[in-house]
Amino acid sequence: MKNKSLISINDFTREEHIRILDLAGDFENQPRQRILSDFVVATLFFEPSTRTRLSFESAASRLGASVIGFSDSSSTSVQKGESLRDTILTVSNYCDIIVMRHPREGSARFASEVAGVPVINAGDGANQHPTQTLLDLYSIRKTQGSLENLNIAFVGDLKYGRTVHSLVQALCNYNTTFHLVSPLELKLPSSIKIDIKARNLAYHQYTDLTEVIPNVDILYMTRIQKERFSDPLDYEKVKNAYILRNRMLENGKPNLRILHPLPRVNEITTDVDDNPKAYYFTQALNGVFVRQALLASILGVVD
Amino acid sequence: MEKEDLRKELKVSAIENGTVIDHIPTNNVFQVIKILNLTEYNNQLLIGTNLESRKMGKKGIIKVTNKFFESDEINKIALVAPSATLIIIKNFEVVEKKKVEVPDTAEKIVRCFNPNCITNNENISTKFTVIDKVELKLRCHYCEKITARKNISFRE
Repeated sequence: MKNKSLISINDFTREEHIRILDLAGDFENQPRQRILSDFVVATLFFEPSTRTRLSFESAASRLGASVIGFSDSSSTSVQKGESLRDTILTVSNYCDIIVMRHPREGSARFASEVAGVPVINAGDGANQHPTQTLLDLYSIRKTQGSLENLNIAFVGDLKYGRTVHSLVQALCNYNTTFHLVSPLELKLPSSIKIDIKARNLAYHQYTDLTEVIPNVDILYMTRIQKERFSDPLDYEKVKNAYILRNRMLENGKPNLRILHPLPRVNEITTDVDDNPKAYYFTQALNGVFVRQALLASILGVVD
Repeated sequence: MEKEDLRKELKVSAIENGTVIDHIPTNNVFQVIKILNLTEYNNQLLIGTNLESRKMGKKGIIKVTNKFFESDEINKIALVAPSATLIIIKNFEVVEKKKVEVPDTAEKIVRCFNPNCITNNENISTKFTVIDKVELKLRCHYCEKITARKNISFRE
């Protein structure tokens, strides 16, 4: 994976995904190693994202790398009208790898074509966020022991959530049975269902969250945003139907774990946090190990 | 060429040298003219629309004198008129006939329909993979969104 950019989850093969997860496990056992002390990591956040940026910077710092970059393009020459091409060409001279988030879809792919150094996509608009997908896979494998043959429920906004789309596509490699729980307005797009059907995998669609809980290994929760509804009344009708409360988990299987890409607003009530089935904060921690694995393998210090 | 076809062809005058673009869906004739920049063309241009066609019901035809198209221009035609035939004429004789084919990729010519795609916001050439040649579905190399037939528009 040396010098290979990671833009879309499908840029890496299933074997490469597994290799990253294995490496992430090594970094979880030993998170502080100064193996990147000769390297400079640039984090270019053209739009703010506290969690992803801090997770990358923490990963780089724990491996001894120097970190440069910006967390908001308003303080850079982008504000003066500089093109993305010029920004990337310039920054390429200052670093060994670029981690970037940008509000436009396709920006990361373009950057990887002009940059002289590898690029990791930390989110390009509504398109891809592959490091989130890898940390989700890591969390699923860690809590279930394997990625194969699981029953995984996705809950909430399945139409617009890029996290859901990428994870569904990645899970198609592991004989997953999909349980899709959403309001009718926010069902999984047919372009993603095509991928499920192409692998002859089963998927079931529900509008009721309680129905699915006893049958699944993972409950992947997402936030339903009011602005996704053309009619505010439609939002009012469904907004409480996709809130997970602690008492709803009584019938869950012992191995059931709750995942959420965060930030959470009200879709998981805080009384769930103390339930051993809640895993979303550990999931966020796993992001650091996965990003350490990516930085180390793309920079070529581990195989 | 069959006799019946010949009579229909002659509804638009023959040309001495140039290219005949036949079997264009009649509603797309003016789109083809626009894509090929023929509105700016300084030689004779003969246009027929709503001509009878056994194959298509109704068809359009464009005869461009003294013009022989490059392959990337042919690609543009294929995206808007996949059924089109190109007939090369020299000295009033047909010297070559070819079917236009939808290409595997489309570079530079098509606009991505996603307004938030980087190609619509920075000075970047577009690049698409044709994922369905029959229904005409193009996946953007950059934003990965699919531009379908009904959304296709061309860059100036």
